[in-house]
Amino acid sequence: MKRKTSSIDKGYGIFLIPGIIAFLIIIIFPFMINLGISFTMWRGVRAPVWIGLKNFQTLIQDSVFWLSFKNDLILLVAMTVIPTIVGLVLATFLFDYITNNFGQNVSSFFRAGFYLPQIIPGAVAAIVWEWILQPDWGVVNYVLKGIGLSSWTRDWFGNPSTALLAVMVVLVWVQVGYPVVIFMAALQRIEPELLEAASIDGASWFQKFYYITIHLIRPEILVVILTTSIYTLKIFGQVYVLTRGGPGNATSVPSYYAYKNFFETQQVGYGSAISLAVAAIIIVLTIIFINIQSRQEREESV
Amino acid sequence: MASGRHPVTKGVVRWIVLIALSAFLLLMLMPFIMVAINSVKTEAEFAQYGPLSLPHGLNFTSLIDFWNRVNFSQVLINSTYISLTVAILGVVLSLLNAFALGLGKIRGRVWILIFFLMANFLPQEALAYPLYYFAKFFHVYDQAIAVILVFMVIQSAFGTYLLSSVFSSFPRELIEAATLDGCSKLGLLQYIVAPLSLPTLSVLFVFFFIWTWNEFFLPLILLPSNANQTVPLALAVNQGQYGMNITAQSASGLLGILPCIIFFLIFQRTLTRGITAGGIK
Repeated sequence: MKRKTSSIDKGYGIFLIPGIIAFLIIIIFPFMINLGISFTMWRGVRAPVWIGLKNFQTLIQDSVFWLSFKNDLILLVAMTVIPTIVGLVLATFLFDYITNNFGQNVSSFFRAGFYLPQIIPGAVAAIVWEWILQPDWGVVNYVLKGIGLSSWTRDWFGNPSTALLAVMVVLVWVQVGYPVVIFMAALQRIEPELLEAASIDGASWFQKFYYITIHLIRPEILVVILTTSIYTLKIFGQVYVLTRGGPGNATSVPSYYAYKNFFETQQVGYGSAISLAVAAIIIVLTIIFINIQSRQEREESV
Repeated sequence: MASGRHPVTKGVVRWIVLIALSAFLLLMLMPFIMVAINSVKTEAEFAQYGPLSLPHGLNFTSLIDFWNRVNFSQVLINSTYISLTVAILGVVLSLLNAFALGLGKIRGRVWILIFFLMANFLPQEALAYPLYYFAKFFHVYDQAIAVILVFMVIQSAFGTYLLSSVFSSFPRELIEAATLDGCSKLGLLQYIVAPLSLPTLSVLFVFFFIWTWNEFFLPLILLPSNANQTVPLALAVNQGQYGMNITAQSASGLLGILPCIIFFLIFQRTLTRGITAGGIK
């Protein structure tokens, strides 16, 4: 008996070897080297010079880094806050109203439509929107001129006061479909009888939405909030294509700022320090994410 | 709804709601429509009628010009080759890892899984410079293989995480029965676990393919020359160059969108299944 269990549970380790080796070479080792570089001053050519924590001291006082970080926090509105709220409303509406009145196919069609911007590369979405918001002949300025609002036309990405807002529009457009799909799947768990019972008891639509729907799909809401927060910290392609962080540093984000230090100003050590700051935040968010997921799994298995 | 009591009003309200929602969807899809209709106009037509008019005929000059300018055939081949290889290798690596972690009772498996997930979430700039340096050192800089190896690992990190949780509920009786019949671990993987998890593996395959196709940061760093670039990279780098005109720019957007729409139509079912299965993007 004892022999049987041991032969069943053992002998798996060997299958992990290729994965571990690849993981060490591609992730762990570069990450450690990056950590090492962050304690040096290195222009990428001659040998790096050890300077201890100096890069991190500079980082704390670097207004461009803090501006980039603040921009990321603002972009959180476009990546997380608005898509989650709009996604929640759209998903409930499609699930509740459209499916009931027009059937599953119509509602799936809308879901697919809203999801479409999600599947194109971020850089391509940026190219499309750069064209739409182009100052001289872009669609938006063309329409504004056409309806007599010429004074509203702007160089959207070139003007420091509108550039970040314009980037946010692109991000919202890309991001909205993601929560719609996740929430619609989650809503299928809700028993229709529960909503009916609430209606009979005189609950309004909003009360049902707030007390039943939101409460029951809370796990998915958390997943969406955490994953999109992590994606926000990783935004790079859109900023690279749309603004290169400009005008000035108006739309700079930490990822782009790190890239600039690595490959444009050749401040490799400093770039490493920036990337580590972002990594640290993402690691914390990941730990929260895992804790919530495992708690959910425990609740589900009960 | 208050109007629900009246069947006739309700019928009208339904349609009004549907029309309003359709208008909203149309607005969401407007960027696609705009890029599509303006890619098939001549420059003169655009200058005369603006971006909103429907094209008077199908003029493929801008699309063909842009196609040739960025050597789009080559770029498509590059993207397909890289994404396909990453998807295959990534799925194999995920399967091996998850087989060990999900079925075997390896010590510290939870921590190993957390490490894998973190690897997937990690900002790429925290690996970028060393990877760039290694690629140069090992003479794979500006070669597809560099990007393939990196994304194989990054994607499989997520695949391992997802697949391990699927495998942790794998029917144990099957494994016991097969082991009693003298099946080796490799046989178990090959003849039982892999075939039975094919639906999840296909979801991973599709997602790895599309994610890799859409990647930007690391390909930008590792693939500098035009001949080796991927679709998003080639389009982004050529953006605003060579005094690109209006219709050429919309053509560039359309060429970036089209392959993804095709993938979407082919893989729609797998995609929806996948997003809902793992809370994955």
